[in-house]
Amino acid sequence: MSVMDPLPGTRTSVLAVPGMHCAGCMSKVERGLGAVDGISSVRANLTSRMVTVAHEARLDDRALVRALADLGYEAQPRAPDDLTAPSAVKPLLAPLAVAAFAAMNVMLLSVSVWSGAEGSTRELFHWITALIALPAIGYAGQPFFKSAWRALKKRTTNMDVPISLGVIIASMLSLYEVATHGEHAWFDGALMLLTFLLAGRVLDAMMRDRARTGVEALVSQAAQGAQVLGADGALGWIASPDLRPGMVMRVAAGERLAADGTILTGASSFDQSLLTGESAPVALGTGEAVLAGTLNLSAPVDVRVSHAGHDTTLAEIARLMEASTQNRSRYVRIADRAARLYAPAVHTLAAVTVIGWLLAGASLYHALVIGVAVLIITCPCALGLSVPVAQVVASGALMRSGIMVKDGSALERMATVDRALLDKTGTLTLGRPSPDHAALAALSASEASLALALASHSRHPLSRALARALAGKSPATLENVREEAGEGVFAQWQGQAVALRRPPAGGQTAVLLQLGDAEPRTIAFHDDLRPDAIAALQRLARAGITTSIVSGDSREAVASIAAATGLEAEAEVRPAEKQALVDRLRAEGHQVLMVGDGLNDGPALAAANASMAPGSASDVGLQAADMVFVQDSLLALPRAVMAARRTMAVVKQNFALAVIYNLLAVPLAIAGLVTPLIAAIAMSGSSLVVVANSLRLTRAAK
Amino acid sequence: MNLVLILLPIALLLGLAGLVAFFWALKSGQFEDPEGAAARILIDDEDEPA
Repeated sequence: MSVMDPLPGTRTSVLAVPGMHCAGCMSKVERGLGAVDGISSVRANLTSRMVTVAHEARLDDRALVRALADLGYEAQPRAPDDLTAPSAVKPLLAPLAVAAFAAMNVMLLSVSVWSGAEGSTRELFHWITALIALPAIGYAGQPFFKSAWRALKKRTTNMDVPISLGVIIASMLSLYEVATHGEHAWFDGALMLLTFLLAGRVLDAMMRDRARTGVEALVSQAAQGAQVLGADGALGWIASPDLRPGMVMRVAAGERLAADGTILTGASSFDQSLLTGESAPVALGTGEAVLAGTLNLSAPVDVRVSHAGHDTTLAEIARLMEASTQNRSRYVRIADRAARLYAPAVHTLAAVTVIGWLLAGASLYHALVIGVAVLIITCPCALGLSVPVAQVVASGALMRSGIMVKDGSALERMATVDRALLDKTGTLTLGRPSPDHAALAALSASEASLALALASHSRHPLSRALARALAGKSPATLENVREEAGEGVFAQWQGQAVALRRPPAGGQTAVLLQLGDAEPRTIAFHDDLRPDAIAALQRLARAGITTSIVSGDSREAVASIAAATGLEAEAEVRPAEKQALVDRLRAEGHQVLMVGDGLNDGPALAAANASMAPGSASDVGLQAADMVFVQDSLLALPRAVMAARRTMAVVKQNFALAVIYNLLAVPLAIAGLVTPLIAAIAMSGSSLVVVANSLRLTRAAK
Repeated sequence: MNLVLILLPIALLLGLAGLVAFFWALKSGQFEDPEGAAARILIDDEDEPA
């Protein structure tokens, strides 16, 4: 987005820089961009991962993106139509501050009234409290009034309806009391209620904000356009929506592909981590297919576009995920389910109380006062606090043990899971191949030193794994070393041709060590299970969760892992089939947990009741998952499930505490025995009990 | 009673001053980037002469 600045010739642009995550990155971005000619000021925002740049008009967004790329950061100009949703916390901060300020001051004056202020002093104090409270309630109550009004317009009810009614009626009645020199004013109760509830809302909003940041900027990862080779051989820039199948785009090293296609000329290595979660570069040559969103790493290539715009694999997966996410948003939070029962019950109770007292011969005023007392005392203070406090404490505990909870309702959904589907590569396994120990042991000393020497010349993941495994041996001295992308490393050693190269046919993951004309040695590679995988699966089984493997990998590769873990497995499953499997299990009444990392898991992650992804997952996987675990150990899985169950147990205890409190307080209120003092004590008392109970969750992730 | 008439306005004004200060902080963007504010202290001012 570019906004004209008052200064002529300068503009302000905002760019999303998802990779900026520490003080070092921030200073690198600010200093690096600041040094660029034509840029006058740079301000990085670490919370939203955005950079605001003031620059001369001659620099356009692409120049800024390139400048950031030179610094090592991927960036996207913030498009005018995807203005990021504003923080959910900020609009609540000011009402919370006002409510807290007013509640404290009003409480101070109310305490004097309760301790026996009489006559003109009480009158004066009442008027002062009214002057503070009425504007404060009018301002701080707005989030509740608005939400209640929206619900009423749709002829439904939510937690905010009884809150708004209670607060408004209490304020009106208190004003009447003050004006007629009455004894009781309820301003303190109304304000305290608002303060507690706003505190709960702020905690809830903080969870949701944390969930969004860092994920948001990934949405439009495909490039904005490409250099297209025209019929006359001239290069021209064409924006992504205007790309058509059949066009030839020239992709420079360091650029992202804007469309799917096949390589026409050239060979390069590609970073497909956005799609597969595999961060190791993949070598591709002429005739091979490349996908939009992948990053060209080493050499320029010409690509004939096969699918562009909304037809790319990336767009297709995004569509599947969006549809699934909409399904999930129909999930009703436990607090709202409670409110559906709670609000009508409370309103009926208050109405019956008023009618009852009228029938018993009380004056209309007296009956209304008692009705208000019922509304205030039953206001869902403890209910409003119990869910957010428990979830914030539990997600903090999980965060300390390396599990990030991205969504507030994730813990609720995770707690009911009874069926788990696990992806294989990168989820059940580490996704990092390591060479077979038997094959390494079979190498002679000179072969091992040759293998090490050859492997150390390549950045290929298999070479690096081999070099790591052979570290400590002394490498042989090689001559004429050259690496051919997708083929291997070739060199001369003591006059003999030696090579470390890929086996002729696919199948097993392996490398061949070739020494002269001799029969090549095969070094097989395994993808190891995550540490504690067996223990983690046992714990899941003990928790009553049936687990199985669902993988897009070949049958042989999946079968060996299935044998090692003793799990049932489905192999060669395509992304849409994974999603269909999740849907089928859900239709059978199961609550499904999906654990996966790649783009192919994205739709299934979004469709499942709850989902987790390892920190090494593709961006798509990270975005679709509810929780992300960063450590290697698979124990994060049972740990997250158990923490979620403990959290929901505490939430239910909190609800029970709120019900017990109501059972004690409501008869008093109906009998007309509740004074403002009793209401204040009861309300703060019940809130403190709920918060204290929730704090027990600090050790939930143990 | 007379003491109260002095103390009350003082208490209210002090509280109001705090509220106004908070609103000023909110308006002037001090809550825009809490993570960045926490991290900025770690940035060394290398280019400034010691």
